[in-house]
Amino acid sequence: MTRHLLQAFRRYSWKDNILAYALLFPSLIFLVIFTFYPMIKVLDWSFYESVMNVRHFVGLELYGQVLRDEVFLKVLRNNVLLALVTVPVSILLALYMAVWVNGKLRGRSLIRAAFFYPTLIPMIAIANIWLFIYTPDYGLLDKFLGLFGVDGPSWLGNPSWVLISMMGMLIWKEAGYFMIFFLAGLQSLPKEVYQAAELDGAGPIRKFRTITLPLVMPTTLFVLIIATTNSFKLVDHLYIMTKGGPNNASNLLLYHIYETAFSFWDMGKASVLTVILLVILLVISIFYYGYLDKRIHY
Amino acid sequence: MKKFSLLIIAVMLLLSACGNAGNTKGASSNSVASAAEQEKGNNKSTGGGEEKPVELSFYFPVAVGGPITGFIDKLAADFHEENPSITVKPIYAGSYQDTMTKVVTAVQGGNSPDLAVLLSTELYSLLEMNALEELTPRFSQDYFNGFYEAFMSNTKSGDQIWSVPFQRSTIVMYYNKDMFKAANLDPEKAPANWNELKEYAQKLTVKDGAGTVSQWGLEIPSTGYQYWMLQALSLQTGTNIVSNDGKEVYFNKPEVKEALQFYADLGRKDKVMPEGILEWATVPSDFISGKTAMMFHTTGNLSKVKSDAKFDFGVAYLPANKNYGSPTGGGNLYVFKDIPEERKAAAVKFIEFLTQPERVAQWSIDTGYVGTTKAAYETELLKDYVAGFPQAAVARDQMEYASSELSTYQNGQVTKLFNDNIQSALLGEMTPEEALEKSQQQADEILKKYRK
Repeated sequence: MTRHLLQAFRRYSWKDNILAYALLFPSLIFLVIFTFYPMIKVLDWSFYESVMNVRHFVGLELYGQVLRDEVFLKVLRNNVLLALVTVPVSILLALYMAVWVNGKLRGRSLIRAAFFYPTLIPMIAIANIWLFIYTPDYGLLDKFLGLFGVDGPSWLGNPSWVLISMMGMLIWKEAGYFMIFFLAGLQSLPKEVYQAAELDGAGPIRKFRTITLPLVMPTTLFVLIIATTNSFKLVDHLYIMTKGGPNNASNLLLYHIYETAFSFWDMGKASVLTVILLVILLVISIFYYGYLDKRIHY
Repeated sequence: MKKFSLLIIAVMLLLSACGNAGNTKGASSNSVASAAEQEKGNNKSTGGGEEKPVELSFYFPVAVGGPITGFIDKLAADFHEENPSITVKPIYAGSYQDTMTKVVTAVQGGNSPDLAVLLSTELYSLLEMNALEELTPRFSQDYFNGFYEAFMSNTKSGDQIWSVPFQRSTIVMYYNKDMFKAANLDPEKAPANWNELKEYAQKLTVKDGAGTVSQWGLEIPSTGYQYWMLQALSLQTGTNIVSNDGKEVYFNKPEVKEALQFYADLGRKDKVMPEGILEWATVPSDFISGKTAMMFHTTGNLSKVKSDAKFDFGVAYLPANKNYGSPTGGGNLYVFKDIPEERKAAAVKFIEFLTQPERVAQWSIDTGYVGTTKAAYETELLKDYVAGFPQAAVARDQMEYASSELSTYQNGQVTKLFNDNIQSALLGEMTPEEALEKSQQQADEILKKYRK
């Protein structure tokens, strides 16, 4: 085995690839400085208790503390729930929209632009707009529901509604973005297959199920990865809308890290939380690339 | 040929990357050298006593509406005119939280700013980092006596003074006079105690035919600053919730329980306040749009309400339970420890300049913050303003009953856990009693290592 590897190593033509390495080198520098080095550093810090200027080695104790912390468990549960709901819903919605605007349709580019529009607005602006939409009584949503005589709950003030309200907003923001990927995927599909199917008398549903869906699977995988990691990365809106409240009902992992680091100044615990987040994201990518990827035909 | 030109490009890229690295290195070694030179220069100037140009970096946040950065720039320019040897460089640093983050990062990186405006409640966090210069010996006792006592109490740890009050606020009650008239209440007489408050709020709560409320009697916000609101209610019941050394909290005192019970009942039992959580920023717009007849909020919003409300409104003391009471809030001026002596002296001079009566008066008029010194309210400037806009005087008069804001070691964490528990009591997930016992227990756990 080792000899085999060694042989491969020797056979590898360094000379031929030197140009490739030279071209990769500049971006590699940035990756090392801003990605790999901080990751190693954060792992190192997670073994030290460091609050203000106290700093001493405690081994794995902080991990134990974090895993027993009820706020952390609540935050993690929120984040998992958020991912489980927003990822499938926004992907299905995106695929639906993409198929719809891919067809021959009047005002097609206008509709595409409308779907894509939420993606162009910065998250902070979106949060402010939706803060108004969710305002009780005179907010847009409650005014609308009022037309039907429905009395809405306090969307952001009620712990059982706040996460659902957030999900609604995130799906609205994300679906248009994913639609673009699907649209690109759909446009590159071969027309001949569809013509053949039509000759055989296949209906639109049949065509979608047996041709479109399998053929856009590579795109779906890509979107799935982006969507899942995004659901752990989108937190700007919390800063504006709820600050994670009421009583942590809408708090998410990344915002909790921010809080721990920059309002509690507890760098040790924040590092532990960061390591946990990194592990989660790593596991997701390994699962997708290592497992799902093999089951998709390109 | 193509390959060759690519190679050249790659090499050039590499070179430029290296070149940059080299430059930055050069720059940093330069700055080290210049810092060393400066150090030398300082020693000389303290020895020789001649004036050398000093530059101060001054970090400040913006937390209320209006062109605050413009006012600060002007103050710095005016100061430079009076003291040509000192240049103050104001650095806008975002919100209070952002400013604190920047300052702490700078301090920990050994690159401390000279002067900053930070929340008065950050005192113990900054002390724990050993970042602050003590100000007790730098000013006369008379100077400190000029400030309102309630503002001074957040500058002290024990008897040592660590900061100077600058942009300070407090909680007051805003009420809609038109709605008072409509409910047959005297618009010139705001509720003075809790019983009256409840009674008025009941009269001011208007329901339509279907039983849905179209106008609420009262709103007390419950996000972000619910600890502040509960602290006000506790002070009115006769106790503060924090000791003056930042090591003890009194969350489970019976007075605090009574206060939280009252706070929760307003929404859940008496139905004069919307039930659940009321967003801090939405409450003023509710008041301005006529959704609520009264609100508890910071004086910092006075200018906004004044310009936006289309009705006649009044400002009053927070109603008393056993006595009047309100905590103070807002930011103080801090001087940092890890800077040369001459810059400390210059910073002290700048603080003196900022707290002259005329400037405090102008600052209060421009921003809506409470004037921090009694002398400021003696100036013609502020006298005239108050005469034309008597609402502005209420916060000042209430200062007599005000106390220091909740501020402890590990302040972020203590405030957060207290805030979370208050919210769960307001939502009915816990009884006030349970919420406060739990808060006390969690806070004791955090604070015990500071009590030796």
